Amino acid sequence: MNAALLIDASYFIAAFLFIYGLKRMSSPLTARSGIVVAGAGMVLAVLASFLYTLDVSPAARPQLTTNLVLAVIALALGLGWAWRSGKKVAMTEMPQMVALYNGMGGGAAAAIAAIELIGYKTHGSVSLTLAVLGGVIGAVSLSGSLIAWAKLDGRINSTLRFSGLQAVNGSLLLLLLALGAYIVWHSGQVAMPVFAVFFALALLYGVMMTMPIGGADMPVVISLYNAFTGLAVGFEGYVLNNPALMIAGMVVGSAGSLLTLLMAKAMNRSVANVLFSNFGAASDDAQG
Amino acid sequence: MDYTTTVLTGFVALYIFMLATFTGFEIIGRVPAILHTPLMSGSNFIHGIVVVGALWALLNATSVPEQIIGFVGVLLGAGNAAGGYVVTERMLQMFKPSNKSNKE
Repeated sequence: MNAALLIDASYFIAAFLFIYGLKRMSSPLTARSGIVVAGAGMVLAVLASFLYTLDVSPAARPQLTTNLVLAVIALALGLGWAWRSGKKVAMTEMPQMVALYNGMGGGAAAAIAAIELIGYKTHGSVSLTLAVLGGVIGAVSLSGSLIAWAKLDGRINSTLRFSGLQAVNGSLLLLLLALGAYIVWHSGQVAMPVFAVFFALALLYGVMMTMPIGGADMPVVISLYNAFTGLAVGFEGYVLNNPALMIAGMVVGSAGSLLTLLMAKAMNRSVANVLFSNFGAASDDAQG
Repeated sequence: MDYTTTVLTGFVALYIFMLATFTGFEIIGRVPAILHTPLMSGSNFIHGIVVVGALWALLNATSVPEQIIGFVGVLLGAGNAAGGYVVTERMLQMFKPSNKSNKE
């Protein structure tokens, strides 16, 4: 009980620090301290999360030691690798690193969705719908951001464009939504391969959506995927009943969406123009 | 017993989502264009909080597939948070008051 209270209090402070930090970051004079404030919130939230070990579900109790060791290793590896790569990357290569880290966040949200779904842990149609939606959005953000990273990093130089692309992507999205609806309709009680196909399709959709977009438009696309990941995190926060994830995720989801619009406007483009510029390829192919 | 003292479902969740959405919009409202990229990076860092959810999922994993996915989830989430922080901090270093003369 006390552990739960401590966790809740920590998340409340963390949520406040995130919003306050972001507010400070939105002005050039206070921007540098903003990230430090937000960073303090993150450290607090992660440390508090280890109190979960006192309060795991009875079914998971036998594996708790293994899980805890795995958690510490994963945390140390992810932290160490990202910290070092972020420190040594050249200033000009920052955008693709943001894309990479953002994709990782989307992947983490998708992983939460996957665990909740394959463990049949989510009940109720609202939770299931949000778990499925968050899973799709997270997976799309993961594969899409990876393509954006590869393009900016010069690893992929070609843009995939063919005349039926719009139809292919459209039907892929419909299939994805249908499969998601099928999972919710059956209260999540579907066979394991369905989940595998579902997540594979979501990853494929992210690739197909990003491949046609040229490198110059990537900052807008990365910002969009940033908003996507925020949304996915917010939804998975609902599924896990975790207010810190809900608040931070939704704040980033809306701030990221607005930022995407502003960035597109600064480039004199509309977001739809960036995303679907090749869709009417025959009529106007005059993009810069 | 639930792991938190509060249960955030239904309309309470909807209120949280609505207020958080407005908060995000208001914060970004009128930022100068030079801050677009650092802010994108900063908000990228903030959704690194997903690592907390992944931690919970991993600690409550009951089967090997769940443990594997949970491990990957925590790894990715930690990368998001740590990488986002470092990159944002480095970008914002350029807003030092000393070389402010060529900005604004």
